[in-house]
Amino acid sequence: MKYLTEYRDAELVAGVMREIKRVTTRPWTLMEICGGQTHSIVRYGLDQLLPPEIELVHGPGCPVCVTPLEQIDRALAIAARPDVIFTSYGDMLRVPGSNRDLFSVRASGGDVRVVYSPLDALKLAQANPEKQVVFFAIGFETTAPANVMAVMQAKNLGLTNFSVLVSHVRVPPAMRAILGSPSNRVQGFLLAGHVCAVMGYHEYPPLLETYRVPMAITGFEPLDLAQGILETVRMLEAGQVEIKNAYARAVTFDGNQPAQKMIQQVFMECDRAWRGIGVIPASGWCLRPEFDDFNAEKRFDVGEILTQESPLCIAGQIMQGLKKPHDCAAFGKQCTPETPLGATMVSSEGACAAYYKYGR
Amino acid sequence: MSEIDITGAVCPVPLSHNEQIVMGHGSGGRMAHDLIRKVFLPAFDNPALAAGDDGAVLDLPAGRTVVSVDSHVVFPLFFPGGDIGRLAVCGTVNDVAVMGATPLYLTAGFILEEGLPLETLRRVVESMKQAADEAGVKIVSGDTKVVERGKADGLYVSTTGVGILPEGREISGRRAQAGDAVILSGPIGDHGIAVLAARGELGFETTVQSDCAPLNGLAAAVLAAGDDIHVLRDPTRGGVATTLNEIARQSGVCITLNESALPVRPEVASACEMLGFDPLYIANEGRMLVILPRAGADEVLAAMRASKYGEGAVVIGEVSAAPAGRVLMKTPYGSTRVVDMLAGEMLPRIC
Ligand code: SF4
Repeated sequence: MKYLTEYRDAELVAGVMREIKRVTTRPWTLMEICGGQTHSIVRYGLDQLLPPEIELVHGPGCPVCVTPLEQIDRALAIAARPDVIFTSYGDMLRVPGSNRDLFSVRASGGDVRVVYSPLDALKLAQANPEKQVVFFAIGFETTAPANVMAVMQAKNLGLTNFSVLVSHVRVPPAMRAILGSPSNRVQGFLLAGHVCAVMGYHEYPPLLETYRVPMAITGFEPLDLAQGILETVRMLEAGQVEIKNAYARAVTFDGNQPAQKMIQQVFMECDRAWRGIGVIPASGWCLRPEFDDFNAEKRFDVGEILTQESPLCIAGQIMQGLKKPHDCAAFGKQCTPETPLGATMVSSEGACAAYYKYGR
Repeated sequence: MSEIDITGAVCPVPLSHNEQIVMGHGSGGRMAHDLIRKVFLPAFDNPALAAGDDGAVLDLPAGRTVVSVDSHVVFPLFFPGGDIGRLAVCGTVNDVAVMGATPLYLTAGFILEEGLPLETLRRVVESMKQAADEAGVKIVSGDTKVVERGKADGLYVSTTGVGILPEGREISGRRAQAGDAVILSGPIGDHGIAVLAARGELGFETTVQSDCAPLNGLAAAVLAAGDDIHVLRDPTRGGVATTLNEIARQSGVCITLNESALPVRPEVASACEMLGFDPLYIANEGRMLVILPRAGADEVLAAMRASKYGEGAVVIGEVSAAPAGRVLMKTPYGSTRVVDMLAGEMLPRIC
């Protein structure tokens, strides 16, 4: 991990910040797509170091935050079944569904377990043949390779007690939705470095053509973020519309092709609802029909789901860059990390949680 | 004749159950006595315990009496750098020590799960003895209960500590004042990461050892070197961030930390990086925070560095008047952020 320290070097960051100040002549609104980047920006206070002309708005790239309510309610229904071991990343346990969360399912006797990888869930399935093991497969392009790997392995092993509840989302369709909205404010994008590490950036030129906004592929460390911002501001100031790769140590144009191929074998595109935003066409991945046996939605009859979102929560507008967490009347009052009303207050990558935690 | 030797009899007699805990060990009857005689007494040998009465009669030196209780449910029972026994002794010794008191006596209550190997209990008790010897405290009263298999996870230990606080000494989380310095005795996050690794939850190998240690020697060194110590605390569950938040609220002051000064081992930092944790919120079991007027800090720092478990002591921050009740962090980039309390459970059963 030693290589990271270089990308946290205060002197280097200060140098890039000076350069950003020097090239900025007008106000610009930039969006970082990825929740990991939102978290880093707020944690390191990088937004405080930018010239006042530059505003960062926080995108929808937090998988926990955008997982739709009906999918969480399905998870709750499946997790409550006595024959099920329900596995999930830790953050999901506190995300409020319509009337409870996975923690309360666990407290009432449901077998809900935190895993760090879907392959751990697969091991649980092998070790507990009398139980149905379900993994909550949420995430962006970054978690897709591990999730499809788990499904492929389950198929190869002939497991009949493993399934996944898929709620996968993809970045480019979400960007299209934001840019295509009449109320859009975003003038430049910091593209999510980890997503591009898997997918490359061949999906972005069409967006560039249609919407004419510059983009910089950006990493997660303070220096990476500062450089991504600098590249984007430089392009904006010069009237250039391009994709710059400011994260070349991890990202190539084509990305990780074997991983992409594997994803294609297991997943196909589908429409997906984003919590707080609504249905975005072709914005999700779901299991191909040949993997129906591993599809938790098919295996368990979870019936019609009627959802009930908190009327106070404006997370959808925050994730489209229209509002900031402070604009929400419930922020820090009815809604805190202990009693979240919306998912953006739960995940450490959610803008509301980051603002709350670091005291903005 | 109080004891009948039945080991040679041929009639249906109770098995001797020398291998594992059974319900009878909690009966209060012969088996319970057997357990005390064979496991506890040899380790915790002292007159108060050996007297075999329902309570210990203690002669306390002059001063005010400090009492503190702590229960321990750590899983797994053994982890790199410690075990539930060492933890149970150190945790309570440290709670008494950071009150400014000299810990003298402990009591120990055990909840044992049916089926627990006796050998495991022996190892835990032996470790408690070693930790108690190191801390210079005596375990003077104990209790054992057994619950059915599946109703507990191996064993739980609850300890109560008794110590003496000299007249006139007042160490409290309410006493931090503007102008004070904040000293931390060593690197943070070791215990939490070591336990997580021992559980196999990291998915990778690490060499991190728990920092679990009795801190009464270190506390004594601090109190000898500084005549105006305001606060002592051991930042256990919730980590340094949570403990400092408690102090900031209790005292109505602002504590500002310097991120570049925070000691974190590279192994802990990279484990946290991968898991998305912040070392500031990870539990420690052998670290101490000291808050005292800036003027006396150098002397106390030197005394800490010269004593066992304080070698890594550094000044990590300072106390100011406003904003009251807040903990702030100065980043290396010149920005500032708020360091809040931990929300909810991050790592269950680490102590
Ligand atoms: S503060 Fe809470 S209620 Fe308001 S937008 Fe954020 S998550 Fe929703």
